Amino acid sequence: MPELVILSTDALIFLLVILASGFTRYASKREHLRAPWREVARSKVGMGALLVLSCFVTIGLLDSIHFRPEANGNTKESAEVLSLFDKLVTPLRMYQEKTYSAPLAAYQYTKENAELANGTTRRDYPRLEYGGSHLQNVEQEWGSDIVSKSLLGMSKGLLFWLLSTLLFLFWRSQRHRATIGNTLNELWAFQTEIPWRTLLITAGVICLLGFWAAELSTYYHLLGTDKVGEDVFYQALKSIRTGLLIGTLTTLVMLPAAILLGIMAGYFRGWVDDLIQYAYTTLNSIPGVLLIAAAILMMQIYMSNHEEQFASLTQRADLRLLFLCMILGVTSWTGLCRMLRGETFKMREMEYVQAAQAFGVGNFTIIGRHILPNVLHIVLITLVLDFSGLVLAEAVLSYVNIGVDPTMNSWGNMINSARLEMAREPIVWWSLAAALIFMFTLVLSANLFSDVVRDAFDPRLRSSR
Amino acid sequence: MMAYIIRRILYAIPILIGVNIITFMLFFVVNSPEDMARMNLGMKRITPEAIQQWKEERGYDKPTLYNEAKEGIERVTDTIFFQKSLKLFQFDFGSSDSGRDIGYDISQRMWPSLAIALPVLIVGLALNITFALLIAFFRATYIDFWGVVTCVIMMSISSLFYIIGGQYLVGKLLHLVPISGYDTGLASLKFLILPVIIGIIGGIGAGTRWYRTLFLEEINRDYVRTARAKGLSEQWVLFGHVFKNALIPILTGVVAVLPLLFMGSLITESFFGIPGLGSYTIDAINNQDFAIVRSMVFLGSVLYIIGLIMTDISYTIVDPRVRLQ
Repeated sequence: MPELVILSTDALIFLLVILASGFTRYASKREHLRAPWREVARSKVGMGALLVLSCFVTIGLLDSIHFRPEANGNTKESAEVLSLFDKLVTPLRMYQEKTYSAPLAAYQYTKENAELANGTTRRDYPRLEYGGSHLQNVEQEWGSDIVSKSLLGMSKGLLFWLLSTLLFLFWRSQRHRATIGNTLNELWAFQTEIPWRTLLITAGVICLLGFWAAELSTYYHLLGTDKVGEDVFYQALKSIRTGLLIGTLTTLVMLPAAILLGIMAGYFRGWVDDLIQYAYTTLNSIPGVLLIAAAILMMQIYMSNHEEQFASLTQRADLRLLFLCMILGVTSWTGLCRMLRGETFKMREMEYVQAAQAFGVGNFTIIGRHILPNVLHIVLITLVLDFSGLVLAEAVLSYVNIGVDPTMNSWGNMINSARLEMAREPIVWWSLAAALIFMFTLVLSANLFSDVVRDAFDPRLRSSR
Repeated sequence: MMAYIIRRILYAIPILIGVNIITFMLFFVVNSPEDMARMNLGMKRITPEAIQQWKEERGYDKPTLYNEAKEGIERVTDTIFFQKSLKLFQFDFGSSDSGRDIGYDISQRMWPSLAIALPVLIVGLALNITFALLIAFFRATYIDFWGVVTCVIMMSISSLFYIIGGQYLVGKLLHLVPISGYDTGLASLKFLILPVIIGIIGGIGAGTRWYRTLFLEEINRDYVRTARAKGLSEQWVLFGHVFKNALIPILTGVVAVLPLLFMGSLITESFFGIPGLGSYTIDAINNQDFAIVRSMVFLGSVLYIIGLIMTDISYTIVDPRVRLQ
């Protein structure tokens, strides 16, 4: 039986999932919280972006369930921790080449000395061990094989999408007691509350691309391999978890402090306010990058002097990621804190708060019952708005070597290692392109979604759309 | 006015003391100088003498807060806290862990940083405001829609992509300018052009969108409706009234970042090999030169606080509604 391993970030990410589902339950019972979400659900852009985001989140969550595979006599293998996602994409993980190879290539990128049958050696591009190894005659078959594999993959995707769409249409027509044709017309004309047409089209594109990538990457290295021969597509997929963690955990880590201090400053005023304001102005006045650099530098020293405290490399990388989230949180909580302070300032003058005070309700009960629920939308907007910026920041920080652990898969590390290869001829572009494309997709959908959420929750800004 | 400025400056002092204490804690309490010495000398087989020597050379061998071995005032002054942290207030940065004078390095390196950051700020501002005004003028049309879409797309691209892509396209494919390096005087121009352009392009997305929001917020005000009701043309309303009033938050926002321009940009400078303060900091991080990182943290905070004070002052100048209190 494989032994389950819970890394600290895994625990936090599942805590976040529990919190999110708890909030969903809480919001679904309250009309004033449901209304903005309904507006989000009506938005075409918002729902399309949400679907793309949920694909990323699914991969990230699958990648967060870690276990130690059964030791089959091989002690080295039992030391590494795998995730459920690793298990799903085992071919990608195992098919390791010697060094660089271009996307979909059958030959290595660099020449090597190969011994011929007659004893002489020749410098040539060797065949890859796994990429395109099923081809007999590469020159003739390669192009047509890729085309046929692509077509096969895409038609599988199309078939899957068609079947699930039909199932969905069937289910919907049963529920609304209409014919399938009418349901389809209704969807197509956007007469439904949720823009199903956008969702279905987005899902179709995702299915096509997903099945295409899956089909090709079982025979080739879809995005090539990197310096040590690892599949770049696999790296890019693994980096999703890192990106998501940085984007969400940072906000999660800073939330308790920001909410508590922000509301306290606004509610109690006087010296409490002065003290809290002083604390966040001081922290805020240290430029973020420098504070992060200093903190990470100090942590590196601590880690290298106390190596015995970390059980494995994975755990060490994981703790470093958590620490990075915390320090990013320290640099970014001040904005939310200030906003909450201002909002609480206004709120404590409201009649219902004053009534509660007149009834002798305790201060913290008032905060918990009357103020906190009314500032939650600010917290939510900040969480969503900060996400994309943090994902982008991770890449920059990793480039400066003050980001995640160099052994960890992240888009920043991919860019960082690819940067040195820009001078090569022909240029090794695939690592860079893969990282940038994945990052762009995630950040763009997060940006689009956060805009929709902000507009729905903040009616003051709606006019300026 | 003078009294107000003095009061604002006095407010800054406790904040700077706070920053000083935070940096001191980060650099000397979390890890002892021993740890730093061990890190810097390499991990394996270091003799205690080597550590002691490393600390003596850099003045880290003193007690942290209170020196019992000395007499009188020296009990407080001859400590790490006083020598390394409090002296930052006099802008006496001391020497780096590799023995160079940090103050001199900073005074040399801030000009290349400024040479990139200032044009990026000014030209970028002009471009962003122009685009934002255009989008605001054509609001609720397809131009507005696609303008915003372009902004969001440009915002979603990592700044690393702009730099790498720009270097590859302009420097390597077209061979227009050198990829990286720096020179003195006018000769530096050909090294500066590419980072400046890339810096501007990288900022267009977020900047234009932000200014558009500012303009649109202003457009919905009552005085704009009055201006239209008077029969003013849309151009006059936009440029004469909206633009002038939206300029207040824009200008004060610019004033806040002006001092920080000296700090330069970490990424741009290290990619283009510009010897500014940004690449200075990166080198220090990579070489684990704690003295430099500590000085830069303090310098950055000082510049930030100067920016804050300047913002407050500029508010009182450009917006007569703000009273000095």
